[in-house]
Amino acid sequence: MILRALAFLVMMAGAAWAVEPGEMLEDPVLEDRARALSKELRCLVCRNESIDESNAELARDLRVLVRERIAGGDTDDEAMAFIVDRYGEYVLLNPPVTGSNVILWVAGPVLLLAALGISGVYIRRRRDDDAPEALTSGEEARLAELLDD
Amino acid sequence: MIVEIGHFALILALFVAVLQTVMPLVGAHKRWSGWMAMAEPAALAQAALLTISFMALTYAFVVSDFSVRIVTLNSHTLKPMLYKVSGVWGNHEGSMLLWCLIIAVFGALVALFGSNLPDGLKARVLGVQASIGVAFLAFLIFTSNPFLRLEFPPLNGQDLNPLLQDPGLAFHPPFLYLGYVGLSTSFSFAVAALIEGRVDAAWGRWVRPWTLLAWLMLTIGIALGSWWAYYELGWGGFWFWDPVENASFMPWLISAALLHSAIVVEKREALKAWTILLAILAFGFSLIGAFIVRSGVLTSVHAFANDPERGVYLLGITGFFMGGALMLYAARAGSMQAKGVFGTVSRESALVLNNVLLAVATFVVFIGTIWPLLAEMAFDRKVSVGPPFFDATFTPFMILLALALPLGTVMPWKRAKLGRVLRPLWVVFLLAFSVAALIWVVQTERSLLAPMGAFLGAWLILGAGLDLWLKTGTDVRAKLGRAWRLPRSDWGRVVAHSGLGVTIIGISLMLAWETEDIRVAQVGDTFTVADHEITLAAVDDVEGPNYFSTMAELRVSKNEREVAVLYPEKRVYPVAAMPTTEAAIDNGVFRDIYLVIGDEQPGGGWAVRSYFKPFANWIWAGAIIMSLGGLLSLTDRRFRVAAGARKTPAGVPAE
Repeated sequence: MILRALAFLVMMAGAAWAVEPGEMLEDPVLEDRARALSKELRCLVCRNESIDESNAELARDLRVLVRERIAGGDTDDEAMAFIVDRYGEYVLLNPPVTGSNVILWVAGPVLLLAALGISGVYIRRRRDDDAPEALTSGEEARLAELLDD
Repeated sequence: MIVEIGHFALILALFVAVLQTVMPLVGAHKRWSGWMAMAEPAALAQAALLTISFMALTYAFVVSDFSVRIVTLNSHTLKPMLYKVSGVWGNHEGSMLLWCLIIAVFGALVALFGSNLPDGLKARVLGVQASIGVAFLAFLIFTSNPFLRLEFPPLNGQDLNPLLQDPGLAFHPPFLYLGYVGLSTSFSFAVAALIEGRVDAAWGRWVRPWTLLAWLMLTIGIALGSWWAYYELGWGGFWFWDPVENASFMPWLISAALLHSAIVVEKREALKAWTILLAILAFGFSLIGAFIVRSGVLTSVHAFANDPERGVYLLGITGFFMGGALMLYAARAGSMQAKGVFGTVSRESALVLNNVLLAVATFVVFIGTIWPLLAEMAFDRKVSVGPPFFDATFTPFMILLALALPLGTVMPWKRAKLGRVLRPLWVVFLLAFSVAALIWVVQTERSLLAPMGAFLGAWLILGAGLDLWLKTGTDVRAKLGRAWRLPRSDWGRVVAHSGLGVTIIGISLMLAWETEDIRVAQVGDTFTVADHEITLAAVDDVEGPNYFSTMAELRVSKNEREVAVLYPEKRVYPVAAMPTTEAAIDNGVFRDIYLVIGDEQPGGGWAVRSYFKPFANWIWAGAIIMSLGGLLSLTDRRFRVAAGARKTPAGVPAE
């Protein structure tokens, strides 16, 4: 019985689940926009969850805030700017391509080009390479035997 | 008493590991065969000791011996037996013991199945493997000893995190560890080869099965984790680009690259230095993964035994093994002379492209994962890097990889004529394109995601079919027999590549076509989602063995015919004071119906979430097919048969 009561308390305490029906906007177009924005915002008190997935109170408050801004006529960018102003850049799950973040964004493509360049040179070298075989004929035969096995 | 035996065996294992490190390495250097021969019995003894130790800890969990600290912290008498056992590795100390056990078991496997290895190489491999064991055993014993007793044992334990009380998650960590730690064996082979200064085709053949085994286990482990997230977290997400997930994904990508480059070493004696580097980095990513998961340096949704002090130690281990191996690499890699010569258009080049794409994709995941840390340290800027970044930067690599893959598999070694290679592929391309076009016409969404994914998936699966077709000769009547006699590694390739296709189809179609409905429903209400009528028939309170549950009965029908009756639950585990959602899923080949019951609403009624997730199961089916491919390849006869080992002339100089 005590356990039951305890369980009930716990249930009430942790009673907020991700996107609740009550929070949702009537207009499906606006609601879709709000959902899309929620997926790009980090729940600040959670560990690496978007406010769209999170059960925390703060995430709920942010979801409601996003919806208020959108229902109030903000564009997506305005609503995001409003939230970043208040909570800092840390809320953005998609790091903006500004300042030092440029390094993050271009690192992949730059490395891909470099890797393609290096492997291109390597392949060209392999093709032109006509250095004498380093193995003796005995070793070569032995190797062939191994590989055929 | 039994716990003390386990504790004692653990400490003894450390001593054996030290012996197994020093004697074979010194022996191999001085050519003392007696010292080299120490490696095998030591490896077997170490594995046996750690098995005893692990079983002793398991015993403590099974009998709920609350005088053992971690049993108190992670178990409870009311917990079902399965979760008492899985509780052994559901915590930092126990999982580290499992980690050490697996290092030793892999060493013992090398000792048992390595009869075809030259003595010097074998001694060095076992020595290096044991040095990894020494580092982790010391870490375990000095910072996270699982056998510590409590002075005043409590009457009952504090329970395992209820999210972990799940069959999917019970077996997720052991598979992941088998994968992570399996890569230590590839690492040991790489370092041993660097010490010997010799890498040849035979080395490529020896290192491949170990990498294959590790990759196969990682595939299963990652798939289990993702499947668990899908049904347990209550909204059907399967991948979150969380640092801890990335920590398992990076070794997977790198080991996939290593698998492919080792083929080039084996068949063509090229890419040697690169393959060695990959083998070092693959284990490096495993170590970095262990560091990320256990240090708490990056905020992750998987809060797992975070402790900065342990983090420093793990960073030290990572630094020591990576630094040492890379220094050795810098000194010796130059002497790895490639032999095979190949044309620009060839299987070799295709595999180089595979490696470039996989390696750079790994790097993208890596920099995205550590960027929050780097940005804060270097630029004093607090940023988050989440799914939108990874989706945008990682996906292009997978698209390129999938596009290039069938081309590579039909490419002959050494030299190919592009026109001749492309001719049979045109048929595959047209078929895949028509599948995509069909999907474009059928779907109501105007997004390219589904047609693109379907095209790539079909291109991979049909491409694998073409691969098989071409491998079985021109005589149509003889094809079946030839297919039967094809080497298992050929079958492995075909199966694994089509598995990748299946996964790509699953991910893209599910993301493109899923339907979500969130609403308040009264008991008795019926609503329509994706052409199905869903009725909330009842909501009841139910009591489980160690939890209380609110269970809803939802009836799903389509065109007046009942499709499924589902019972989603909301559970509360009173001991851990934690609520969980238990989604109810009707699994199907072409769609999952995924229902979640939420809270009772103040104005009456219940929050109900309904999802239709088309092709969801293809994601994990693809992973299973991929690992089956790995398994087929692993059973290839050329890995099992000691390739002409008996004919080896005695005393081949190792240079």
